[in-house]
Amino acid sequence: MPHDHNNEMSPSGHPYRKDQDHPLTYWQNLEIAVREILVEKKITTEIEIQETINEMDNRTPSNGAKVIAKAWTDPSYKQRLLTNASDASRELGFDIGPLKLIALENTKSIHNVIVCTLCSCYPRNLLGLPPDWYKQRSYRSRIVKTPRTVLKEFGLDLPKDLSVRVHDSTADMRYIVLPMRPHGTENFSTQALEKLVTRDSMIGVGLPKSA
Amino acid sequence: MKVKVKKMFPPGHVRTPSYLRGKIGEVERDLGYFKNPEELAYGLNAHKQKLYRVRFEMNEIWGETCENPSDTVDAEIYEHWLEKV
Repeated sequence: MPHDHNNEMSPSGHPYRKDQDHPLTYWQNLEIAVREILVEKKITTEIEIQETINEMDNRTPSNGAKVIAKAWTDPSYKQRLLTNASDASRELGFDIGPLKLIALENTKSIHNVIVCTLCSCYPRNLLGLPPDWYKQRSYRSRIVKTPRTVLKEFGLDLPKDLSVRVHDSTADMRYIVLPMRPHGTENFSTQALEKLVTRDSMIGVGLPKSA
Repeated sequence: MKVKVKKMFPPGHVRTPSYLRGKIGEVERDLGYFKNPEELAYGLNAHKQKLYRVRFEMNEIWGETCENPSDTVDAEIYEHWLEKV
């Protein structure tokens, strides 16, 4: 067949990758069955499902960055964020549903990092979908035992006198790290500061970009 | 308030990580009442349970050979998994 490549090489000299198609798994079949019943019973529609998926896919760490930059520039907002991060996020227009969010402040003596050792709990409403490594056992099991070694692999070499606080999202809370504002950004606008806030700095495995 | 996580191993959907069972920590904050996930996961009429954030020191969890004793792990633990020390 003309489209079967077998062991041929592509024109650039690399082997062709296999198609990702595979027979449906048990759980995929279950999802399709439940979805079709819900549509048939007019409880939801295909369009509604698609719109919700799009909404979830469109959430990005830039949402979280707006919260962080606001906290850097507005001390009373920062206080509200640390008291009740769910309400403070809603204040900026982020629909975070019934989510209970806790903001963890990094200081000169404390560095926070988040994990979910049991599954993959993540502040999706503010950061979008979690990165693959966040869901893997390697990160989940090692960050609670040897956080400094793991953070070093991410490029963060923390001094001994800085306490590392690991936060395991075991139940109903979700967490976001409030990183320290980078030096030399005193005259930056909130919009300019937003651009310095990275996803990893809000998980705690990185720092914001420097000015 | 010092608390100890009960060292029990019930089957089912349990949200108390194994690595913290039998360990002693300090309550960091009281989070209020939440439906017990051990019942909720099975569609049962779940009872509300008090949820705490508990802070554990690394040497309590991993022993003397831990990476850095002043580092900590905070986790959310339901009241029925805790006993006063």
